[in-house]
Amino acid sequence: MALEYLQNYWWCLISVLGGILVFLLFVQGGQSLLLTEKDKVRKELIVNSMGRKWELTFTTLVVFGGAFFASFPLFYSTSFGGAYWLWILILFSFIVQAVSYEYRNKQGNVYGTKTYDTFLFINAFVGCILLGVAVSMFFFGGKFTVIRGNLLDMHSPVISQWDSSHGFEAIFNWRNLILGVAVLFLARMQACLYMMNNISGDDEFFERLKSRAFLNGGIFVVFFLWFLTMLCTATGYDATTNNDLTVTATERPFKYFHQLTHLWWTGMTLIIGVVLVLFGLLKSCFSKKFTKGIWFTGLGTFLAVVALFWAAGYGDVAFYPSLTDPSSSLTIRNASSSEFTLKAMSYVSIVIPFVLAYIAYVWYSMDNKKLTPEEMETTTHKY
Amino acid sequence: MDDLMTVVDWSRWQFALTAIYHWLFVPLTLGLSLIVAVMESIYLKTKSEKWLAATKFWMTLFGINFAIGIATGLILEFEFGTNWSNYSWFVGDIFGAPLAIEGLVAFFIEATFVAVMFFGWGKVSPRFHLVSTWMTWFGASVSALWILVANAWMQYPVGMEFDPAQMRNVMNNFWELFSGIAVNKYMHAVFSGWALSGVFVIGVSAWFLYKNRNVAFANRSIKVGGWIGLIGLLLTMWTGDGSAVEVTKHQPMKLAAMEGLYHGKQSAGIVAAGIVNPNKTWNNDEDEYLFDITVPYGLSILAKHDVNAYVPGISDIVKGYTINENGDTVNTVSYEERIRQGKLAHEALRAYDTARARQDEAAMDSAVNMLRQYYPYFGYGYFDSVEEAIPPVGLTFTSFRIMVILGSYFLLYYIVALLAVYKGDWLEKQKWLQWIAMCSVPFMWLCSEAGWIVAEVGRQPWTVQDLLPTKAAISEIQSGSVILTFWLFALIFTVLLIAEVNIMVKQVKKRSLTNLETDVH
Repeated sequence: MALEYLQNYWWCLISVLGGILVFLLFVQGGQSLLLTEKDKVRKELIVNSMGRKWELTFTTLVVFGGAFFASFPLFYSTSFGGAYWLWILILFSFIVQAVSYEYRNKQGNVYGTKTYDTFLFINAFVGCILLGVAVSMFFFGGKFTVIRGNLLDMHSPVISQWDSSHGFEAIFNWRNLILGVAVLFLARMQACLYMMNNISGDDEFFERLKSRAFLNGGIFVVFFLWFLTMLCTATGYDATTNNDLTVTATERPFKYFHQLTHLWWTGMTLIIGVVLVLFGLLKSCFSKKFTKGIWFTGLGTFLAVVALFWAAGYGDVAFYPSLTDPSSSLTIRNASSSEFTLKAMSYVSIVIPFVLAYIAYVWYSMDNKKLTPEEMETTTHKY
Repeated sequence: MDDLMTVVDWSRWQFALTAIYHWLFVPLTLGLSLIVAVMESIYLKTKSEKWLAATKFWMTLFGINFAIGIATGLILEFEFGTNWSNYSWFVGDIFGAPLAIEGLVAFFIEATFVAVMFFGWGKVSPRFHLVSTWMTWFGASVSALWILVANAWMQYPVGMEFDPAQMRNVMNNFWELFSGIAVNKYMHAVFSGWALSGVFVIGVSAWFLYKNRNVAFANRSIKVGGWIGLIGLLLTMWTGDGSAVEVTKHQPMKLAAMEGLYHGKQSAGIVAAGIVNPNKTWNNDEDEYLFDITVPYGLSILAKHDVNAYVPGISDIVKGYTINENGDTVNTVSYEERIRQGKLAHEALRAYDTARARQDEAAMDSAVNMLRQYYPYFGYGYFDSVEEAIPPVGLTFTSFRIMVILGSYFLLYYIVALLAVYKGDWLEKQKWLQWIAMCSVPFMWLCSEAGWIVAEVGRQPWTVQDLLPTKAAISEIQSGSVILTFWLFALIFTVLLIAEVNIMVKQVKKRSLTNLETDVH
């Protein structure tokens, strides 16, 4: 019982980290706006507005990965080692991001500012879409098997084995791509709303951001509703974990609609999230000077993502369904760390509120003074 | 997997490549963040703009280096999953925890406060800015703690037991992770970062002196960098000595490989310089070295802090004997016997799995008892010959010498640099000294990387000592995929490294033309 409680707790933390990560992808959204921005000062405003937050997004991704490794290592070993190309492409896009802010404007950067801005665009495009694909797989599954006895096979000792396409099949699955595209346009919308809040002193730019938020928000809503419709009408597995850690999985039509209604709090959270996103977007677009839209859409995004993670993991469901062998599917019961480890880490997780508190404090201190075109012209500390 | 060993080799190459690149940047982050924090503290105390200018100069170089360190670090973390899938499951219950704690506790400190450090000038109070700079240093240092605890655990796995039902190890004692190996490894790595950064600061400052630009700034930087570097180097040597004792206790094969020592000796000398004979094996009569200069008693002192101590060689360990502190020959478990016991452990686990499938409790109990008996050598069950369990001697031996010889050289370097900078204008006038100070900088990186090669090549063929060899730790991917990603990583890291070095050089040149007594931008 204690183990189940801890598994639930850690799945909740993973969900929270996932929610924060998708919110913080607004940084990537801003990067995707760079290449089409012709005005030099506005380009600098975008880069510097995003550049002061990129490390938070990056770190959240790292911690998300680390926390998954620690709490559900079978997911780590199965997905990362299996859907190899999906994750490698995500990683590549983040390598080139990490240096681009710092190097883009520096003398002697060898490849020119445009190259680094292209890197930032690649990170935005590839990062958002493929992270969306990766999350979509929590519902639509992957082609893998888990056979623990393989450990004793001298010639092929790997426990988790994946289809020979190693992640490309997931990338080119249109159902996964729809969520990927939705994440990209969500990030772009959020970036516009964040900059409406973070930048002042350029009214024309503010208006442009507003219309771009509306356009990107509209595309996001279309793709997200498409994804939700697919999700709710898809056939999934009713999955229960056996004592031998295999899964008894039986197909069930409308599985995730059932999840969202049966576990009513997941559906409620999702609805509240969606309403907040729509409210933040519409209020920002139809008010004259409403700058706080990002906080509504941000909270809404966070809640919606958390709700989707909950629907993927809690109850009689597999959070990583196997399309090759349903009994190999991963549930939060068979993929987790031991009770001892989860408990030890839970003590450490007490620091999370403090971490969030100092991040919030520093965020407030730094964003208290808005970014202005004048600052871009006078400061020497800029990207 | 018909190309198992190709996948293993290329996965190792890829991980080594990422780790080597990562370690080009991390030590500079660890040390330069401290140097910058000290300089900013002096500025806040003295309110002298010359210290603010110095702080900002070195902070700029810190920023250029920091970004690329983060990029390579991300890849390292995820490569545990992408390329070492079995490993992630087999020990994820233990290894994952420090990694998660590292993220939760340390990475966010670093990421949050580094933004204040770079962009907070004028936005937050000077005191809060200073706190942020120190927090960046603290976050960076604590970041290193958990990953090194995890690394040390792989070399000396404790605090866990094997769960046959899940076919993985589960943690049963968290605090045992902080073994002597872990503590030494952590301190050794962090202090070596101070030592490296001191050399970097002195080298760059020497260029200022050579060009006769901002001489006072250069001298000021050499003093701060020199002291921090010297303290760091002395502490690195001290913890390195501690590491050697720990390795002797827990990884005698690694120590023997470091020394190229095949036949154990009492009062063993240490080879100060030499070349190991590539034809030498554990069971032939060839000479150990092609040439060697040996310091009497050195190895016994290094390994056990005792001039009379016996240090076993590779052949002794393989054959299964050593000599205890009383001088008596003591039998240990030979490698052939370890392989036999490892295979028995595999057999027991297989029997357990079969019995569990048919829910035969009695057979399961009996299989578990047998497994417990032989589990300490579980990993040897993957080998067919004892040769597979011996690390590459030549590379380990040579890297160890490079590390120690260069480390000793840099002790002299620091002493001379500090004497020269405090002794009037000696360093300012002696061009040859400035040249040496500048040209030595890359060798500090070589020294630092060599240390990691000793640590990681010396523990081969294990990912987890005695329990999981590299060839059983991998992911099920085609060799072509790993070869391709290896070259992609090699290309992108190199492309970015070229940019990083070039930007640093340009920044140094540009800033050298400004007045670093008053220019605080």
